[in-house]
Amino acid sequence: MESDSQSSNPKTTQVETKPKLNSKHQSYKLQAQNVDVFYEDFQAINNISLGIVENSITAFIGPSGCGKSTFLRLFNRMNDYIDGFSMNGNILMDGKDIYDESVNVEELRKIVGMVFQKPNPFPKSIYENVAYGLRIQGIKDEEYIENRVIESLKQSTLYSEVEDNLDKMALSLSGGQQQRLCIARALAVKPTVLLMDEPTSALDPISSGKIEDLIHELKEDYTIVIVTHNMQQAGRVSDNTAFLYMGNLVEYGDTQKIFTNPEKDRTQNYITGRFG
Amino acid sequence: MNRAQKNRLKDKVFKGLGITATFLGIVILAIFIGFILYQGMERISWEFVMSLPSRFAEQSGIYTAWMGTVWVLVCTTLISFPLGVGAGIYLEEYGKKNWWNTFLEINISNLAGVPSVIYGLLGLGVFVRMMKMGNSILAGSLTLSLLILPVIIVSTREALRAVPSTIKEASVAMGASKWQTIWHQILPASFGGILTGVILALSRAVGETAPLIVVGALVYVPFAPTSPLDEFTVLPVQIFNWVTRPQQEFVINAAAGIIVLLGITFVMNGIAVYLRNKWQSKMNW
Repeated sequence: MESDSQSSNPKTTQVETKPKLNSKHQSYKLQAQNVDVFYEDFQAINNISLGIVENSITAFIGPSGCGKSTFLRLFNRMNDYIDGFSMNGNILMDGKDIYDESVNVEELRKIVGMVFQKPNPFPKSIYENVAYGLRIQGIKDEEYIENRVIESLKQSTLYSEVEDNLDKMALSLSGGQQQRLCIARALAVKPTVLLMDEPTSALDPISSGKIEDLIHELKEDYTIVIVTHNMQQAGRVSDNTAFLYMGNLVEYGDTQKIFTNPEKDRTQNYITGRFG
Repeated sequence: MNRAQKNRLKDKVFKGLGITATFLGIVILAIFIGFILYQGMERISWEFVMSLPSRFAEQSGIYTAWMGTVWVLVCTTLISFPLGVGAGIYLEEYGKKNWWNTFLEINISNLAGVPSVIYGLLGLGVFVRMMKMGNSILAGSLTLSLLILPVIIVSTREALRAVPSTIKEASVAMGASKWQTIWHQILPASFGGILTGVILALSRAVGETAPLIVVGALVYVPFAPTSPLDEFTVLPVQIFNWVTRPQQEFVINAAAGIIVLLGITFVMNGIAVYLRNKWQSKMNW
């Protein structure tokens, strides 16, 4: 704490939150406006505003308990069911407030997919895992479902490893395969945004590498937001990086710049491993 | 004796006590079963199972009694299964943490401890008299359902709680509604546990005598029931009746009846254990 300069004190920091928009996109895909989050009396997020550009990869980094997972889960409203959760401010997707009363949460989650920290396939076959999102939407067309399953498994680079036994139980796959299955499951319903909450933290380095390559490829079609504990990973995969500390957004901008020449001392200290 | 020796001695004494306690239960049960088998086995025959009750012990059978037991069992299952599982799902998945749900939970736990004869009196007052069902199978089944509902609710909640929250999260994050998540993920994953609880509760209901006597299960029914509104008797009531007779022959009949009743409960418990093991190996996350 003492080593921090005045300017990086989280309570007083006002952060410039405008990564450059490409000429192609006139507005942000996702946008947080003055967001506060509370669990009962505890404030988990403190007045964060930032915009996320379409077809980019944005990484949230920061020490454990800094609020990055909470912040990520705002974008598909996964915090809604937590007892004592409340928030202020707005979360916009394509300019529309997703916390508006008119928004159907189930519909929102169909276009905002999520991949979790621990691979969590359903105790069903590989095929049925990927088909799940389509089935709960009421789609009956088996041919369409099969096409989507195969396409999604190909997209998540798992297909070649499982094509002969799609009926095998998903839980018999290795951890890395399970995680790619979970990615395929999220892709099958054609979301536009993919939220990833430390997707490689439970995996070995080789599996992690595969997932990182996959994230890179998916950027073409999806807007990806990834929470990670792994600095190198954030540096490798993301276009923009947001550094959160104790519920505050300390710094947000181009990944290259954050990792080579951060504006705040606290960011510098965290990235170089001096704390956190 | 130093401390290490003392501790080792304590260890041995406690181990001995534990073994004695375990064996005491098993040995007493074995003696009881052995005695019953010795007494009643001679009466066990197809004829005994298929005969109507009679004034003469040698001609008397348990046909009406086990038919009554089957009727009561089926009706009780149909009533208590949906109600108990439904209540369990509500409390575990939908109920928020507020004073009302806490109040419900505490009372359900309390209800599980209420003596069964009290349920019998409730059944007599509400189902037999107020709702004018008479001494029918329906009234008896409703009473037994009340008796085992708390057990089913508690075991359902335990089975639901055993489903990892990561599965629920995954389903909800796919855009599934709460009910879709319960139907497609939580229930299939917990069904073995729920079924085990229901079967164990039912096997308790099979042996219940007191509430059914209060509700009006008759000790002598000359015909097997053909509808839920018929009068009835059940195996434990029939056994109770025979045991109270002075003639030795009827006591032998009672022993034979107990063998059949024990057989039914052992089979039900066996099914419950089988289902639990089968589901546990399938849901291995």
